[in-house]
Amino acid sequence: MLTTFDKDLLNLIQTKLPIAPRPFAQVAEWLKVDEATVLARLNWLKDHGYIRRFGAFFDSSCLGYVSTLAAVKVSPTCIEAVAGAINAFPGVTHNYEREGEYDLWFTLLTPDQACQDLALTAIRNLPGVDSLISLPATEKYKVSVEFNL
Amino acid sequence: MLDNLDKKIIAVMQGDFPLVAEPYKELAGQIGISENELLERLTKYRKSGQLRKMGAVLRHREVGYAANALCAWIVPEQHLAKVGELMSGFKAVTHCYARIPQPEWPYNFYTMLHAHTRDECRCIAAELAQAAGLQKYTLLFSTREWKKTSMSYFPEYAKGEEAT
Repeated sequence: MLTTFDKDLLNLIQTKLPIAPRPFAQVAEWLKVDEATVLARLNWLKDHGYIRRFGAFFDSSCLGYVSTLAAVKVSPTCIEAVAGAINAFPGVTHNYEREGEYDLWFTLLTPDQACQDLALTAIRNLPGVDSLISLPATEKYKVSVEFNL
Repeated sequence: MLDNLDKKIIAVMQGDFPLVAEPYKELAGQIGISENELLERLTKYRKSGQLRKMGAVLRHREVGYAANALCAWIVPEQHLAKVGELMSGFKAVTHCYARIPQPEWPYNFYTMLHAHTRDECRCIAAELAQAAGLQKYTLLFSTREWKKTSMSYFPEYAKGEEAT
C-alpha cells in the first residue's frame, strides 16, 4: 500500500526532477524531509514496480525521429506469434491488444521514413496478418502521462 | 542540429537514472564529460523542447489506473485545433493527436484515456463527446499489454563508440 508520503512524492516526481547537482535534496526540501528519505523511498517504489522508468524523456520528433501508430488485423490463432514478431522491432515501444476491428495497436519510432516503410512492409507480410493501417500524426496536442494519486 | 556528444548524452540518459545523491555526476562520468557540462546541455534540451520531462513514469495499473482506452474520433478538419485544445485540458486525457485517416478506417483524432474502471472511461468519453459536440467515436479497450518500453535513441552512441 502506498502511504500519503509516497503519493505526495510520486505526484511531485512525475514531472519535477530538477536538473541540478543534488536534485533529490531539492525534492526533499519541497516535501520537508531529508534527502536520504527521498532516495530510500524512491528506490523502494522502483523495486516494487510502481515506477516504470525514471529519468529523461525526450521528444522523438524533436530528435529527428519519425513515428506512427499502426494497427493490424490478425487471425486469432496467430496473435501471439505476430505480437512477438512486431515486438522484435527495436522502434516498437508500445504494443497493445485491443477489442474492436483491429487486434494489435503499436507505435513505431524510426530514424527516418525509409526505415518505417521497411518495418511496416515486413509486418504486413507476417503470416496471420490480414491487413495493416498506419496512422501518422499530423498534430500533437498533448503528451502527459501523469497521474494524480 | 545534434552533435555527436548530444547523441551520446541522449543515448546514455535513456539508460537507468541512478537514484543516488549526485546522479548527474555519475552520468557525466559514464559519458566522459564534467557534471557542469551535462547540466548545461540538459537545460538546453529542455528549453528547446527536445527534453520533454525529467522525472518518473508510473506503472498505471499499480497506482490504481487499471483501465485504459484508446478513443478514436471523427472530427471535421476545420475543428481539429479547437477540439485538440479542448480535449487536452481534461486530466484523464494523457495523449491527444490528430492523425491521417485511412479509407478503411476514417478516424482522424485520437485520445488516450486512463481511468480506474472501464465504466469511468466510457463516462469520460461521453463527457468529451458532449463538450466537443462530436458523435462519431469508438473506444478501443486494451485487453493485453504485449510491449511497453522506452525508446533507445541513437543506440550506437550509448557504448562510447564514436559513430560517424
